[in-house]
Amino acid sequence: MTTTNLDTVDSRRRQRLDTVQRSLKSRHARERRFQGMGLFAVITALVLVTILFASILMRGVPAFWQATLYLDVHLDPEVIQVDERPVRQAAESPAQFRERELVWLNQLGMVNWNGLIDEALKAHLPGEIESRQTRDLRALVASGERFALRDRVMENPGLIGQTISVKMLASADVDVWLKGNIDRSLADSRQQLSAQTREWADYLKEQGVIRNSFSTALFLNTDSRSSPASAGLAGAFMGSLFMMLIVIALTVPLGVASAIYLEEFAPRNRLTDLIEININNLAAVPSIVFGLLGAAIFVGYLGLPLSAPLVGGLVLTLMTLPTIIIATRAALRSIPPSIRQAALGIGASRVQTVFHHVLPLALPGILTGSILGVAQALGETAPLLLIGMNAFVANVPSSPMDQATALPVQIYLWQGNELRNFFEARTSAAIIVLLGLMLSLNAVAIWLRKKFETRW
Amino acid sequence: MNLVLIATVLIVMALAYQIGLSRSRAVANGGVRLHSRPGYYGVLVALWCGLPALLLFGVWLLLQDAIIEMLVVNQLPPELAGLSEREMQALMRRIGALASGQGLAGEVEAYEIAAAQQMTRLESMGRLAMFASMAVLAVVGLVLAQRRISPQLRARNHVERVITALLALSSGVAILTTVGIVLSLLGEAVHFFSYISPAEFFFGTVWNPRFSSAGSGGQGQFGLLPLLWGTVMISVIALLVAIPLGLMTAIYMAEYAPPWLRSVAKPVIEVLAGIPTIVYGFFALIVIGPFLSGLGDLIGINIRATSALTAGLVMGIMIIPFVSSLSDDIITQVPKSLRDGALGLGATKSEMIRQVVLPAALPGIVGAFLLAASRAIGETMIVVLAAGNNPVLHANPFEAVSTITVTIVNQLTGDMDFSSPQSLVAFALGLTLFVITLGLNVIALVVVRKYRQQYE
Repeated sequence: MTTTNLDTVDSRRRQRLDTVQRSLKSRHARERRFQGMGLFAVITALVLVTILFASILMRGVPAFWQATLYLDVHLDPEVIQVDERPVRQAAESPAQFRERELVWLNQLGMVNWNGLIDEALKAHLPGEIESRQTRDLRALVASGERFALRDRVMENPGLIGQTISVKMLASADVDVWLKGNIDRSLADSRQQLSAQTREWADYLKEQGVIRNSFSTALFLNTDSRSSPASAGLAGAFMGSLFMMLIVIALTVPLGVASAIYLEEFAPRNRLTDLIEININNLAAVPSIVFGLLGAAIFVGYLGLPLSAPLVGGLVLTLMTLPTIIIATRAALRSIPPSIRQAALGIGASRVQTVFHHVLPLALPGILTGSILGVAQALGETAPLLLIGMNAFVANVPSSPMDQATALPVQIYLWQGNELRNFFEARTSAAIIVLLGLMLSLNAVAIWLRKKFETRW
Repeated sequence: MNLVLIATVLIVMALAYQIGLSRSRAVANGGVRLHSRPGYYGVLVALWCGLPALLLFGVWLLLQDAIIEMLVVNQLPPELAGLSEREMQALMRRIGALASGQGLAGEVEAYEIAAAQQMTRLESMGRLAMFASMAVLAVVGLVLAQRRISPQLRARNHVERVITALLALSSGVAILTTVGIVLSLLGEAVHFFSYISPAEFFFGTVWNPRFSSAGSGGQGQFGLLPLLWGTVMISVIALLVAIPLGLMTAIYMAEYAPPWLRSVAKPVIEVLAGIPTIVYGFFALIVIGPFLSGLGDLIGINIRATSALTAGLVMGIMIIPFVSSLSDDIITQVPKSLRDGALGLGATKSEMIRQVVLPAALPGIVGAFLLAASRAIGETMIVVLAAGNNPVLHANPFEAVSTITVTIVNQLTGDMDFSSPQSLVAFALGLTLFVITLGLNVIALVVVRKYRQQYE
């Protein structure tokens, strides 16, 4: 402290400095507090992201592995009594052949497949198993597996009479029990499985007949009500894929074209002002309103089928359009005017300027914006609920006009399933798949931006 | 079939391009200077050749099925005139199956075969007629355009005018979307108000729509206020979470954060913005809800797992990145001179931010808050999963509530019967939602724009 200097100045100034000095401590404290609050906010946000991802990963990752039975099933010809597989004759119409085929399929369906599986199970279990215990026995295997066995024979009737080794999903309750997702100490009356089945499940696990193997069912099967253990995402995935193809095919050309028009060609007048305000507002319209639009116009007025990816794709297209227009306009705007002036100066027309010079330079930005828009559409749920895409669909859709669900809608359906302790994990696994797809789309967008980023 | 046709048209257009190209080259070889480069003549010929044919194709596709069906129906025996609409549809499906060669199993009536034959005949005739007229149009266009090629023809200008027109047309889609939204919402809402008076809807305090299928005569009560109240309550909680956290994050990132933290934290927080809302909903349901109700047990308050608090909290997390990125943009726009002035007068950094930067950025930040509020009001999936769906007027945030968006989903899901007030009310609710969010957006945009002009 330079007291010698202070002696020479008048007292008022000294007083003022004094006040400042005295307040300095509390001002600095306030500064630190403020900075601390900022840091706290950032850390809170980061912690929240971590909790979100950690809780979903913790629940979801185990669901990718599922309790599976490795059995040798003897396809006893005594049990499987069916005719030869019908072959289509020249004079038959497809409908007539289909009818004969249905008869054969019906025969196959009547076979006691469960009995075959029971026999295979009994081979591994100790002691004599009475027929009144069949119920407990069947509770081990996912009920959809008998159809998988049937389908295998249907594809290759030559297998009848042989012993084949099959991988069968254990039932959802067994999976829950073996993974410890249910309290093992609960009383019998509150358990999902009988005491006998639980004992058998533990025994088979010990013997290595039940193993935890990677769940291909999750990716290859469609949703299933009767056999929750074999419920999968294939149908929802195809539905989402169809919708995304429609979105990409429609929204990118339309969005880029309208952005080019508004940014490069449109005269400044009332109409273009209106379009601009309109697009900004559309971008902020809640997504569910687009669902109402789809329900009223595409389904109600145009009569397009409910639950069809076509309608979903159209709704999502309209929803993403403003996002893509805004992103493309930003990309076009970031191209410096000197490029345009140079092109115009050597005699290019405006269309030539835009398509030969501006657009190629703006392409990375446009691509990034489009990918982000599509990723947003991929994760959207609410509008799809209103056009019936939450219906239960047991088949993989083969065209955009078929009934289908979408990945986020499947997540919505699964989280509402009554079999809570099984589907909580399954839902988390589906979320991981969805997030994985979205994050990879985002990663591609970021990579493109990094690779082609130009600073003017 | 149609794809093949479109491909053919495209191939013909490519040929036409070649013809135009070589023809214009031939003209140019005479030593005259063409107005445009040969390629433009080629494109012009191709457009003349292809566009009219494609237009015709589109119109034809739209009309053909309806016309053929009308003709077939007219030929049916008169005693069938009394069929109900549903029976008629079933009959047409049978005839369609016969006509497509798929055939029908079981009995087939003679008139059905006749109708199917007629349908096949008409279809093939229609297809031929379409081919013929498309071919004629293409050839006529080709010849006419090709004839017009001369050094004086301003081919480039013509082509560019077509391109610009196409661009302008696509920017009209955005307008059409808005018109579609407004028309569909208004139309169905007016329909709804013919059952329930607007006063009853907007000022009613009881929400009890009952089921439409009961046929009990009672229409139920459609009071908007409980839903609006739930929406407002959840949004306020969300904003109470998101505004402080988002704003402080933005300030810390813009003013304090070391570069390494910025480069890590910014993308991570942006990841929050890309997560689908269904994932947040699931997170609320399985993590936040149980956590809050456990916390409530600890401190002796009764908190429901699905409540306004749960939904609001998670929605707040969801809009943190939205608030922080908007605020970040606005804070960094405040001119450096203002900051330097404040620092020069001896202000600490936090004083500079609080007393100079924030007041200067206030309009923009308020705009950002309004946008965040509009997003919170329109959010659907989080509230569907986590708010508990309890449309009752009460002021307890620890209890379940319902919102406008949840009710839209509940009333319209899966049911496309647009004739009962129970499902039509979704459109009245949608209209309310649209008007509220639109109002917030318009105010926000005006405020932000004013603020931008101030510092540009």
